[in-house]
Amino acid sequence: MSTIPQELKYASSHEWVRSEGNGVYTVGITEHAQDLLGDMVFVELPDVGDTVAQGDDVAVAESVKAASDIYAPISGEIIAVNDALNDSPETVNSAPFGDGWMFQIKASDEAELAGLLDAAGYAASIAE
Amino acid sequence: MAQQTVLIGKHLEAGAKVVDFHGWDMPLHYGSQIEEHHAVRTDAGMFDVSHMTIVDLTGERTREFLRYLVANDVAKLTTPGKALYTGMLNEAGGVIDDLIVYFMTENFFRLVVNSATREKDLAWINAQAKAFDVTVTERPEFAMIAVQGPNAKAKVATLLSDEQKTAVAGMKPFFGVQAGNLFIATTGYTGEDGYEISLPNGAAADFWQQLLDAGVKPAGLGARDTLRLEAGMNLYGQDMDETVSPLAANMGWTIAWEPSDRNFIGRSALEAQRAAGTFKLVGLVMEQKGVLRHGQKVLVAGGEGEITSGTFSPTLGYSIAMARVPASTGDTAEVDIRGKLVPVQVVKPSFVRMGKKVI
Repeated sequence: MSTIPQELKYASSHEWVRSEGNGVYTVGITEHAQDLLGDMVFVELPDVGDTVAQGDDVAVAESVKAASDIYAPISGEIIAVNDALNDSPETVNSAPFGDGWMFQIKASDEAELAGLLDAAGYAASIAE
Repeated sequence: MAQQTVLIGKHLEAGAKVVDFHGWDMPLHYGSQIEEHHAVRTDAGMFDVSHMTIVDLTGERTREFLRYLVANDVAKLTTPGKALYTGMLNEAGGVIDDLIVYFMTENFFRLVVNSATREKDLAWINAQAKAFDVTVTERPEFAMIAVQGPNAKAKVATLLSDEQKTAVAGMKPFFGVQAGNLFIATTGYTGEDGYEISLPNGAAADFWQQLLDAGVKPAGLGARDTLRLEAGMNLYGQDMDETVSPLAANMGWTIAWEPSDRNFIGRSALEAQRAAGTFKLVGLVMEQKGVLRHGQKVLVAGGEGEITSGTFSPTLGYSIAMARVPASTGDTAEVDIRGKLVPVQVVKPSFVRMGKKVI
């Protein structure tokens, strides 16, 4: 059974969202998602300054198995990306909820957060 | 319900991620397929290949039968134990399967065929064998373990009796020898030194454990695929199948045209294909970010082709592929990757051998 931290919010497309305060949210993919994808070989990140809408494909996680789109779980502006993944994409496998984070969004509409899944809801969605 | 090899317990014990592979429960990886890949390139890894099918052919006309059944010529097999890689073709010159033939004794040859094609292979071989009075016997009582890598042979040697060591001493590539209860072959699907070892099912789990204890790392289907692709070896069903000529699958070298009076199944179709010209299987290299994948379209001057196998090459650190393209294809091409045209280099389909880059 994969880890699903209680304090995070989740999209059914396997991204997690962590509030950093001041409307800033960190986004990555779940342990379950990295397990499905297998060893990560490239991560294509968005550009800082990009404006994204909820549900936009903004990044690509390319593993030994497949290229997988990563969607913006909320709307806003990309204010940081995890450049360390350029050299060590495998961090997404080893620490999906930690050093394997992908980008940070300054939310334009925090009400969208309410529409995301909590840990129990995400656990139920991947159990189906 | 999927079939399982006798090693399934060892795989689960080692934490393997098990997937369905053509009706078999097989390990995809034991944690990281890239680490498993590197273990084979730099040290020693092992694969459970017990799902592959061993078929023994016996009878006085076995050699004559095989000279008709397959496109390569078993007349080349003059030393007992010598092996030959070949395509088994249909009348239209398409590849029913690729396989290895071992010359055991004059009345006994052994085939190792793919698991995914087991049923149609057996049906085809049985149908063709009737006219030659050849007996076809499948050998499901054997498990098979491939031990591959620069240190593979040395690590296997620590498990062998003196008698077995003598039997394998000085073996050249592409030979097989029965040594005690092990049939040890100097073959493989990785581009590294090593053995493929067949042994009775009942002895397989203990042998696997002894290999583990000797420091051989278990490796799954994921690593097997990246290793064979780096080595430029075809995967049946992906790089060729019944609709593809061996001439369009980089298997021209396995067709024995001479002697010209040898009739083998598919010969006349192949001759026509050779005269008309076919597509060719090439290697592609893409050093920029991204991964070439099976099914992607390849655009070349005056035509287009398709990637048959593509992957990230763990040894090279960038993506490689095999692609079937028009014969006129030059040194460069473009691949349609998710709607974007990306330039790639066209090379011979062989990328890494014996741990070294060969492109």
